[in-house]
Amino acid sequence: MDPIKESLLKTSKAAKKEKKGKLISEFCIALIIIAVVAIFYFVASKGLATFFTNKINLWDFLTKTDWNPGVKDSHGHPEVGALPMIVGSFGVTFLSAIVATPFAIGTAIFMTEISPKRGYRIMQPVTELLVGIPSVVYGFIGLSVVVPFIRRTFGGSGFGILSGTFVLFVMILPTVTSMSVDALKAVPRHYREASLALGATRWQTIYRVVLRAATPGILTGIVFGMARAFGEALAVQMVIGNAALLPKNLISPASTLTSVLTSGIGNTVMGSLQNNALWSLALLLLLMSLFFNLVVRWIGKRGAVK
Amino acid sequence: MNSKKWDKVATAVLYAVALFIIVILFTLLAYILIQGLPHVTWHFLTSPAKAFTKGGGIGIQLFNSFYLLFLSMLISVPISIGAGIYLAEYAPKNWVTDLLRNAIEILSSLPSVVVGLFGFLVFVLQFGFGFSILSGALALTLFNLPLLTRNVEDSLEAVSFSQVEAGMGLGLSRWTTVLHIILPEALPGIITGMILGAGRVFGEAAALIYTAGQSAPALDFTNWNPFYIASPLNPMRPAETLAVHIWKINSEGIMPDATAVSAGSSAVLVLAVLLFNLAARVIGNRIYKKLTAE
Amino acid sequence: MDNYSLDDIYIKPLDSKEHELALSTEDLKVYYGDKEAIHDVSLPFERYKITALIGASGSGKSTYLRSLNRMNDLIPGARVDGKIMYRDLNINSAKVDVYEMRKHIGMVFQQPNPFAKSIYDNITFAPRQFGEKNKEKLDEMVEQTLKQAALWDQVKDKLHTSALALSGGQQQRLCIARAIALQPDILLMDEPASALDPISTSKVEDTLMQLKDQYTIIIVTHNMQQAARISDYTAFFYSGKALEFDDTKTIFTSPRIKATNDYVSGHFG
Repeated sequence: MDPIKESLLKTSKAAKKEKKGKLISEFCIALIIIAVVAIFYFVASKGLATFFTNKINLWDFLTKTDWNPGVKDSHGHPEVGALPMIVGSFGVTFLSAIVATPFAIGTAIFMTEISPKRGYRIMQPVTELLVGIPSVVYGFIGLSVVVPFIRRTFGGSGFGILSGTFVLFVMILPTVTSMSVDALKAVPRHYREASLALGATRWQTIYRVVLRAATPGILTGIVFGMARAFGEALAVQMVIGNAALLPKNLISPASTLTSVLTSGIGNTVMGSLQNNALWSLALLLLLMSLFFNLVVRWIGKRGAVK
Repeated sequence: MNSKKWDKVATAVLYAVALFIIVILFTLLAYILIQGLPHVTWHFLTSPAKAFTKGGGIGIQLFNSFYLLFLSMLISVPISIGAGIYLAEYAPKNWVTDLLRNAIEILSSLPSVVVGLFGFLVFVLQFGFGFSILSGALALTLFNLPLLTRNVEDSLEAVSFSQVEAGMGLGLSRWTTVLHIILPEALPGIITGMILGAGRVFGEAAALIYTAGQSAPALDFTNWNPFYIASPLNPMRPAETLAVHIWKINSEGIMPDATAVSAGSSAVLVLAVLLFNLAARVIGNRIYKKLTAE
Repeated sequence: MDNYSLDDIYIKPLDSKEHELALSTEDLKVYYGDKEAIHDVSLPFERYKITALIGASGSGKSTYLRSLNRMNDLIPGARVDGKIMYRDLNINSAKVDVYEMRKHIGMVFQQPNPFAKSIYDNITFAPRQFGEKNKEKLDEMVEQTLKQAALWDQVKDKLHTSALALSGGQQQRLCIARAIALQPDILLMDEPASALDPISTSKVEDTLMQLKDQYTIIIVTHNMQQAARISDYTAFFYSGKALEFDDTKTIFTSPRIKATNDYVSGHFG
């Protein structure tokens, strides 16, 4: 028989290699997926124990303001009101996003529309570097600069939502800026040319044409920034004061989901209510990050339709 | 006011905003370096920390940071390359693949503290690894994998499909083609991504507090047997990293010169990140040139 | 543009006693998703001859060519029906090892696609993967194939420099050398000169004429002069069908089908 014909009917080395290689790559992706599923499973099972094992009312958990899982209130119910942390987390997230957004968009416009050469060359590496600065460094600077500054200016201890907002503002600024830059750069050049050719000024062109076209991308950047702020743990924990109380004002010590988690989880016994309640906070954190993810996806879809 | 004037005003405002941001950012960088660098001496970088007295260093923490980084990259680099190859080359276009991509996206957006808590629950307690370098490296791997995988996938997809055709047209398997032809061409992008990822891992603390632990037992730098309890290479020992150290001494507040040590450590961390960024750029460019130049 | 009948077909039969066939297709169909892109193409390819596939762009000639060594397998959603006969074997079947088959039916693509490796490694990479480790044999292979591809004199002093530094024409000839290093039976060429300047094109054509003694060549081209110059047989493709197949001379001087006549005389579309 023809040797070539014979070899065609056998399984070649290449075919075996292909099979093996594909299997290896599938194994790798499976590992990642297993990790994701495991994270959700473990955090959810621990976090839900508060409600199913310890029979805590979900509504009480979300709306009550006394956080002291080891202590029982006058009715004999444990005090597991997470509202102070929820308010704290949302407070610093929204405030820092509100402060950061105009600055980020302004800087992004500056980098892409006003001074695309020099501005971009200076800002690009700096934003990249700032994204990379570890959060504990931000926390340390917050502690040694921002907190004393606020103490001197507004009185009080200096710890609180305002300090947290300041620190997070600087932390999310580079994220939002660089994503806004990407969104602005993605606007086709002929949009600008058409607008300028119609006699619009540069600002009119930016405001009416470029910004409109880049809105979905900029929104995505803002949501990313908020997600980062919401999930940030140590930098916030270092400056917010860590008092599980409903904040009276912006400069009174407060706490966030993440700050209570980092300071508390090591000091509680696995399986106890105190511990389970903390895991419920972690679950809340997980769900919020899922929510931010969905929002980004939703914006992406709406932006794509236009 | 007419539109011309508005244009001028807007431009002025934008200049002001940009200037303000530049000032903030540079002040921040300058502050970290100016406050910190004077403390950074050879003694500071090499001697062990002191809990209750002045003059401690960050030697052990620095070593721990690098060792942890090394171990977690050792685990995450091969997995991310395999997973990236799957997504770029093998994944069919269907809803299952979309689901996989979503799952990776979600993993990358999880707060690192959640990843750390998961590591605490599973690696430290369930698997019984305790507060150890191993637990920490695994947690960091989870934290790092999605970004690395995305980076590998993007870099592979940026290589022209004609290269896949060229390889397969010669009767090579897709696996061989990807491994020996596509991957080397994608290497500049992949390496850049890996180094940036390494920088992120190097400064990460929230995922480590409850996995690698918050204590840095003395190390015996004369015994490198990984099974010896005080060996620097022992993966089962607790290992406070530099980033965790900054957090720890600031939250406990018992170290008399905590501010100075934190400032020095922050400067070291920022310099390290700077170095990682620079290295990413330089090495990426160099490999790219080496691959394409005559 | 005229609409030509798709039933008006002439395929010159090649008597298997006089003509040894290297490859042939029987009722070959190619689908992209639900769309049928190639309809029942049956063509013979004689050994050690050059067969040109001509036709307007979008006529399906490239799609057809790429299915001959199953490169269409790489495209998601593509499917090939019908028989591709090679050495008494239908290679369009799961029983045939596709990687092994591609070693014998090589391909040169429209855009030169050398690997981002040295000239030497471009040629020897695949043979080494298939087990050839002997350095002397590899050296000899490089020299021989580069000579066959008319590239040796230009690159013999820089074999270990990057192939990407070569000009487009040189790159394409390197790709030809890379393909013949595996000593295939058949070479499929998908408009190998379309991305090249006239001088490089004529060099590639010279190369093909030399290769004819040892290889069966099937070449897609949109350049009719090229087809007339180098090929022995020509098939004319129109709208996913091969309407006419005959000796190249006949196709260009007295085609039987009106569509072919209009195309080769330039009255097309």
